Amino acid sequence: MTSDFSSSNSNLWQPNRQASKRVQFAVKTVFAIFALVSVATTIGIVLTLVFETFEFFREVSLWHFLTDTKWTPLFSSAQFGIFVLISATLMTSGIAILVALPLGLLAAICLSEYATAKTRAIIKPILEILAGVPTVVYGYFALLFVTPLLQTFIPVQGFNALSAGLVLGIMITPLVASLSEDAIYSVPQSLRDGSYALGATKRETIVSVILPAALSGIVSSVILAISRAIGETMIVTLAAGQNPRLGLNPLVPVMTMTAFIVQVSLGDTPAGSLAYKTIYAVGMTLFLITLALNIFSFWFVRRFREKYD
Amino acid sequence: MVSTNKSYVTTPEDLVTEAVLRAKDVNVYYGSNLAVRDVSLDIPYNQVVAFIGPSGCGKSTILRCFNRMNDLVASARVQGKITFHGQDLYGSGVDPVEMRRRIGMVFQKPNPFPKSIYDNVAFGARINGYTGDLDELVEDSLRKSALWDEVKDKLKDSGLALSGGQQQRLCIARAIAISPEVILMDEPCSALDPISTLKVEELIHELKQQYTIVIVTHNMQQASRVSDLTAFYNAEATETGGKVGYLVEYNRTEVIFQNPTQEATQAYVSGRFG
Repeated sequence: MTSDFSSSNSNLWQPNRQASKRVQFAVKTVFAIFALVSVATTIGIVLTLVFETFEFFREVSLWHFLTDTKWTPLFSSAQFGIFVLISATLMTSGIAILVALPLGLLAAICLSEYATAKTRAIIKPILEILAGVPTVVYGYFALLFVTPLLQTFIPVQGFNALSAGLVLGIMITPLVASLSEDAIYSVPQSLRDGSYALGATKRETIVSVILPAALSGIVSSVILAISRAIGETMIVTLAAGQNPRLGLNPLVPVMTMTAFIVQVSLGDTPAGSLAYKTIYAVGMTLFLITLALNIFSFWFVRRFREKYD
Repeated sequence: MVSTNKSYVTTPEDLVTEAVLRAKDVNVYYGSNLAVRDVSLDIPYNQVVAFIGPSGCGKSTILRCFNRMNDLVASARVQGKITFHGQDLYGSGVDPVEMRRRIGMVFQKPNPFPKSIYDNVAFGARINGYTGDLDELVEDSLRKSALWDEVKDKLKDSGLALSGGQQQRLCIARAIAISPEVILMDEPCSALDPISTLKVEELIHELKQQYTIVIVTHNMQQASRVSDLTAFYNAEATETGGKVGYLVEYNRTEVIFQNPTQEATQAYVSGRFG
């Protein structure tokens, strides 16, 4: 190939352009395939959910699904009131976030603003290890330690939403703490300086300047934690019980959406049966709830994120 | 080791009695490194004092000693004496929080809070327990910082939505809203375009009627335009390979720029180094 750029010694330089183009193309193709696998998996999961849910609603009306007050899909007189399961999930996740929000946020503020660099370097990894404890361990911790402990104070039953919710909260606390800490830590030092230079104390600086500046990051960490709590299975299955019951009493056994899915899929449910399709309908409901939360989080972050350069 | 070469300093005699801030034999360390040594100078009442000098000469470090911003840097340590109206700034009875209300600061990069323009200005007044009319204070501060006409219809908009020059004037409004006596400015125009720079300089001229101003600047023209007094700092290499800053010469601005006594000052202001 001759080119217009060629100079007198051009025959000294003979790069293999064709070969590098082929390598570029091959690399691009391989990466595109890898990327497609994850996209295709997601689409596949959503489509499966949609089709099986559609099949479910050919047998059970949406009206019954939303208004029945009992959840008895395996009985002969089957009822499909999804709010029975949603109320239990709401309760366990609600208790969890009541625990995780103050604990996680205070831990994040402490680590970012009060701890020395050395303390932070030690504590933060430990916090993240806590996030890696298998949930089945948390489940038995709730069932065999927290519930008996609660029973010495208040009349809770052996399986209850309170114990499961509290332990669920402990499980998601590191998530809130770690992500909020990142958001707080990334608030520029110049804002802290500006606040101190106006005669603000440390507390005033944190409450009035740093937390508002980190708000979008804190909110998205909390929403991510709520999504984890809603989708969490092991703890609620072990500690909250298997009794579908409508209402918000945290002292009695309840059945969350995830616990139902476990219960049915552990039994020998033939594919194509109504019970089998019920799993998908519940799964779809779970999916829609977390999707809505994620969309809200996405919107909130875009709306309230402050850009500093 | 510190060199024994003593700084040559004159604080003009007729101004000494009116000193608002007075530094005496100040050394600043970061960890075990001496960053600035032997600084002694007086900041006279209602004057604009410019700190000039090459990078690393310690001019910003000394500025930050005047409102104890160095307290926030864990490794920083200040030796010597700095007084404010005769009272030791680093004395045991001094609350840096209370002191910073009286000695305000404007930073190199505009740093408005992610709040509305109104709340940016009102912030300092609120935390310091201002009991007067907040609306009036905000308007007055924005007028004094020559920003009112540009923002009066959008006080609820975010301070971050303003241009760089407007943000810096907002930061000046924020600083004067708490009625300080001294305003420290750390290269306030280095991130601004020439037109915004001019506006800030005009503003400094206005403000010196009411406030004592200390301004650090890299721009010698700016120092000669805005200041009454100029302190020239330089840096020298230490035996350990570091750099230590010191005050070379301090005098009326016209003397520093036209008839300095030190060769280094002459070389710097005529643009031969730095």
